[in-house]
Amino acid sequence: MEKTLDTKFTYTEKKDTRSGFGDGFLEVGRKNPDVVGLCADLIGSLKMGAFQKEFPDRFFQVGIAEANMMGVAAGLTIGGKIPYTGTFANFSTGRVYDQIRQSIAYSGKNVKICASHAGLTLGEDGATHQILEDVGMMRMLPHMTVINPCDYNQTKAATIAIADYEGPVYLRFGRPKWPIFTPANQKFEIGKAWKMIDGKDVSIFATGHLVWEAVVAEALLREEGIQAEVINLHTIKPLDTEAILDSVAKTGCAVTAEEHQLNGGMGDSVAQTLVRNHPAPLEMVGVNDSFGESGKPEDLLEKYGLNAANIVKAVKRVLARK
Amino acid sequence: MEKPSIKQLKEICSQVRRDIVRMVHGVQSGHPGASLGCTEFFVALYFHQMKHNKDFDPKGLGEDLFFLSNGHISPVWYSVLARSGYFPAEELATFRKIDSRLQGHPATEEGLPGIRIASGSLGQGLSVAIGAALAKKLNNDTRTVYALMGDGEQQEGQIWEAAMCAPHHGVDNLIASIDVNGQQIDGPTDKIMNLLDLKAKWEAFGWQVIETENGNDIEQVIFSLEKAKGMLGNGKPVLNLLRTDMGYGVDFMVGTHKWHGIAPDDEQLASALGQLEETLGDY
Repeated sequence: MEKTLDTKFTYTEKKDTRSGFGDGFLEVGRKNPDVVGLCADLIGSLKMGAFQKEFPDRFFQVGIAEANMMGVAAGLTIGGKIPYTGTFANFSTGRVYDQIRQSIAYSGKNVKICASHAGLTLGEDGATHQILEDVGMMRMLPHMTVINPCDYNQTKAATIAIADYEGPVYLRFGRPKWPIFTPANQKFEIGKAWKMIDGKDVSIFATGHLVWEAVVAEALLREEGIQAEVINLHTIKPLDTEAILDSVAKTGCAVTAEEHQLNGGMGDSVAQTLVRNHPAPLEMVGVNDSFGESGKPEDLLEKYGLNAANIVKAVKRVLARK
Repeated sequence: MEKPSIKQLKEICSQVRRDIVRMVHGVQSGHPGASLGCTEFFVALYFHQMKHNKDFDPKGLGEDLFFLSNGHISPVWYSVLARSGYFPAEELATFRKIDSRLQGHPATEEGLPGIRIASGSLGQGLSVAIGAALAKKLNNDTRTVYALMGDGEQQEGQIWEAAMCAPHHGVDNLIASIDVNGQQIDGPTDKIMNLLDLKAKWEAFGWQVIETENGNDIEQVIFSLEKAKGMLGNGKPVLNLLRTDMGYGVDFMVGTHKWHGIAPDDEQLASALGQLEETLGDY
């Protein structure tokens, strides 16, 4: 279906966003000698092997001990290093929340928490590993920046860009092979939303893997004469409230789409921005207060209502409320 | 700068103890017990052992670094930092009060000179010290990293993750001490969660373990820290079991968990100060 659709962005290749991280990590390691890596027994899964091979002295395998990894990373910053920690999103957040809170966020440490296998699209491993609360936990922390790029190229660009930003960052990415629809070697601006498609009827704010679903949804809606604006909210915190308010001032309604719980996710941030500044009808696409389960990524997105078809439905609901 | 004599160090200890009980009394809150017990250790570190700069540089390149994992004994650290010149001693009067840089537990948020990371939620400081020690190695900085933990804190799982990590990565520029006072909030450690043989445990994790039999004897503390320094550089970290008396220096506070986290009243303060000579001038 996607192939015959006239999407405004197209792709010729699919790749996992974690590979974008791994390639970006190697590149930023070559550019910046202060960048160091830590991993809790998931070097292959996080694609950190190339960096480890090229810079063995700047890489620390810490074993299956994530709490210690966060503390060691915080300590490394004191000597001016820029540590990138690597493990699954679940073990990057919930398992080590207090370590991040005290030793990294409260202490303002320049640690880059790099979290793979986030969300339902982790797939067959099931709900123990499919964290859907991580963005909520991280965006609640003062001083924390939260980034969820959409494809291989954007993840690579974000991985490189965060080294130049002084402060703690949560970088979220995933496992499935996903369309590469944004440009190679793009400039990544933390905190700056990217309006990918202009439209006047509805604003779709999407983050992570669901940006592609939003691009598909826009094409489906266009076939029905609905002009949707698609905004890539790769940075969830700090939120680009100006871009959100500018768009909704024009369209008068919005849909958010994310691979995360509705409670505490990006949609909550957008809702807060709208309610406080420019109340407008809003529909939210995300996981509604449930855990995930084992299955193929695309089947899970369908079952939990997180794909382009569900974004289209949400747009129709919100347009009816305008 | 010439190192102070043992007599001078003892005088500093007396003043630090006065600061501790006055700070905790002043706000009727805080943790005097282990602060008093660790006074000789802090004075030995800051006035005798460490190369450090009171013109505070958070990165501490070329300096020895200290990390306090059991952050609740902040009164002793704040007093020693002030008496070392990191900030005016008068500021000790603001301890735990609103708008103060001297938070209940050490923090960087308010920019208090001398503090490099927040602590208080237990179990995290050794990991941080390992990271700082690894950074020193990457920077070809040959100075030493020191850390202090509590004995009750040994019940935290992260301590043992860190214990496993440091020898594996050859962190041999690190001297960690445990304040073994045998007490924690709810009672004696052997009743709450028995630590059994800490020496055997740390040795089994690959550390070189030394013991300071009387951590309230400043000469013994210095002897241990010198000995520990001599054991660095051979691929293994050093652990110092620092046996102290909680509440040392104030007779009615000694050796009981009851003074872990409560403040003396006016009468108790007067009694405590009567036992501690004012040597550097009260703040």
